Amino acid sequence: MNPRRQKRLAIVLVIIVGLASVTGLVLYALKQNIDLFYTPTQLVEGLGEDKVKPVVGQRLRIGGLVVPGSVKRNMDDLKVTFSLIDNGGGIVVLEYEGILPDLFREGQGIVAQGVLKSANVISASEVLAKHDEEYMPPEVAEATKGIKHFKPEYGNATQ
Amino acid sequence: MIPEVGHFSLIIATALSFLLAIYPLIGAKINHPGMINSAKPLALMQFAFMSVAFAVLTYAFVTDDFSVAYVASNSNSLLPVQYKVSAVWGGHEGSLLLWSLTLTAWTAAVAIFSRGIPKDALARVLAVMGMIAIGFNLFILVTSNPFDRTLPFLPLDGNDLNPLLQDIGLIFHPPMLYMGYVGFSVAFAFAIAALMAGRLDSTWARWSRPWTLIAWVFLTAGIALGSWWAYYELGWGGWWFWDPVENSSFMPWLAGTALIHSLAVSEKRGVFKSWTVLLSISAFSLSLLGTFLVRSGVLVSVHAFASDPSRGLFILAFLIAVVGGSLLLYAVKGASIKSRGKYNLFSRETFLLINNVLLVAALLVVLIGTLLPLVHKELGLGSISIGVPFFNNVFFYIIIPFAIALGVAPLLRWKQQAKDMQPLYLQLVAIAVLSVVLAIAMPAIFANRIKWVAVVGFALGFWVIFTSMLEVYIRATHRERFSAGVMKLGRSHWAMVLGHVGLAMMLIGIAATQNYKIEKDLRMIPGDEVVFADYLFKFESIGLVDGSNYQAYQAVFDISKNGQYETTLKAEKRNYFIQRNVMTEAAIDWGVTRDLYIALGEQLDDNSWAIRIYYEPFIRFIWWGGLVMSIGGTLAVSDRRYRFNRKQLAQAQE
Repeated sequence: MNPRRQKRLAIVLVIIVGLASVTGLVLYALKQNIDLFYTPTQLVEGLGEDKVKPVVGQRLRIGGLVVPGSVKRNMDDLKVTFSLIDNGGGIVVLEYEGILPDLFREGQGIVAQGVLKSANVISASEVLAKHDEEYMPPEVAEATKGIKHFKPEYGNATQ
Repeated sequence: MIPEVGHFSLIIATALSFLLAIYPLIGAKINHPGMINSAKPLALMQFAFMSVAFAVLTYAFVTDDFSVAYVASNSNSLLPVQYKVSAVWGGHEGSLLLWSLTLTAWTAAVAIFSRGIPKDALARVLAVMGMIAIGFNLFILVTSNPFDRTLPFLPLDGNDLNPLLQDIGLIFHPPMLYMGYVGFSVAFAFAIAALMAGRLDSTWARWSRPWTLIAWVFLTAGIALGSWWAYYELGWGGWWFWDPVENSSFMPWLAGTALIHSLAVSEKRGVFKSWTVLLSISAFSLSLLGTFLVRSGVLVSVHAFASDPSRGLFILAFLIAVVGGSLLLYAVKGASIKSRGKYNLFSRETFLLINNVLLVAALLVVLIGTLLPLVHKELGLGSISIGVPFFNNVFFYIIIPFAIALGVAPLLRWKQQAKDMQPLYLQLVAIAVLSVVLAIAMPAIFANRIKWVAVVGFALGFWVIFTSMLEVYIRATHRERFSAGVMKLGRSHWAMVLGHVGLAMMLIGIAATQNYKIEKDLRMIPGDEVVFADYLFKFESIGLVDGSNYQAYQAVFDISKNGQYETTLKAEKRNYFIQRNVMTEAAIDWGVTRDLYIALGEQLDDNSWAIRIYYEPFIRFIWWGGLVMSIGGTLAVSDRRYRFNRKQLAQAQE
């Protein structure tokens, strides 16, 4: 081969190898990091037409309204449990350890990221309540349509 | 009455954009000097009327004119005056107005500072920018008019600015970012104008370069500023969350970074031209895509304003017109672009190509990660989210070859490396060994545990720093002694060095923070103590304090190290009166090697408080790295060779 062809071949090879490895890497990383979103009812009854239920140990996201009166804190650490509900009637219990976001309130919509611990218990690693009090994630808004929107209590922080 | 003046100015500015988009373009086509010369005054007038519109809106904010709906929903009479000004771009309508103002400002700047460029070429460039202005001005007028009135029922007081936005970082973050986003429209306009005229030579790359660099500098600084703001304001102790909106600013940055490098190759060596054109189109298209994602409400994020489907549809249509139109033009005219230069496999060109490919690969990864959840949902496959580890993992593998090639590229010559490669090989091996040794030494000194992921990051950072130093030494001693030679290096040479060293600083900062950060959520009552990364945190007291438009709980912490008093930190939980928002105001003690960070959580039943404490090693290096990169870019723009004069121009055109 003449040097010119050699060069072209080398460049093409580099590009193909590069593309293949990047694609492989992306697919591999994606497979491990895609988290499906569930509402409490979907989690209890299964998702989609086939009613696929998540398996214990699966990473997932869940969104719903915090059931008023369900928030229970441990007395000596930051462990907290609360229940989430949506308009389908499913109820899911979340366990979390740490600081809840500023806008977390009973009766408000939240989204949590976590791992399924048993059929309807999720161990959450992250709890998100958004910055705008009127804001609600679209999935949560859809799933909680028709439920009376609980007016949050203000002034707790500065009683 | 005054707001209507603003509205009217906006309409006139839009009319001027139409003239600017059409008139000079026809002039350039039929070679009519009068029509060609009209581009400059039209661009200036467009800017003038846009400034009036913006000034009127600012005036309405400062004077608390709540009869303007936008003012009423984003300001309040109690708001401090500097936030009244920044509240102008605190909402959807105003931020678009700022976008348009920025665009017309860039257009005017191009019109003024392009004396060396032939008039017909300039006319085309300005006309393309006029077309973009039409899109945005119409968007404002049709879907998001900031001058709409609340009459006849005007509110007594405004709704206040979102407390998160009441911050110095937010005064500068959006304008900087917009300067960057919109600045890429200049590179875009130059590329499109060159395609229209069928004249893609190295002069085009030379004209486009300083503008692209300025835009890149603003974008870099804007992103770094946003990251810093998120760090101290959100109370989550993080500096980057792979939030879709952050990604929307990161994608144009990646394209822009690839662009400034490939522009350099196109200018100096006359190769990669069609690639450069494609990148110019991509960088601006991605800026538009970012705007679409943020403003249409398809994304849910901190940055999303109230969504309105007609707005999303408008931007989507505009995006398709711009991307589709420019790609079509590229398809028709792009084939005629010929690259003249030849280069060997082991040359600087090849290494720059490798880095360009890696930057684009990184860009595609971010694009997939950002758009896949949207596509997935639209296809009816259910809602998904893509976790942060996806981006972190993929970027870890991309950055390794990227940083290695980045260190080598400046040491190679254009076109062809000298025959005798032996000395360079030896030097590189020596640097590699030194970098790895130092990278292992770092955690041994600053932490008690060696994490190999962090060592890789440190090693890459040191590698880039040492190869840059070697490169400076080689260039400086090329003809004379180091001390004399180093003074003669041009500004754009230092710009490259700073750009690369800035990245190296970031790599070191990121590797340290991501791997050695300590985070703890604690339950504490005043009087409690906790030991944390050699520091003793004592929760002294908590009490109420008053601000101008909020009341806050303030927790006071005394921090000591080895019995020595270090500092006192005051973390706050603010309750804003008007929007009735609760906001965490973190307390940070910053340092070169570490930040200590305290955020106050909620009050618990028995007088105890939830407290979050972070120890963040070397996190400042991330933003300092961004700053150094921006300074580098600024130096490059000020380089002598961008001050065009007639003689240079004549030479260039030969």
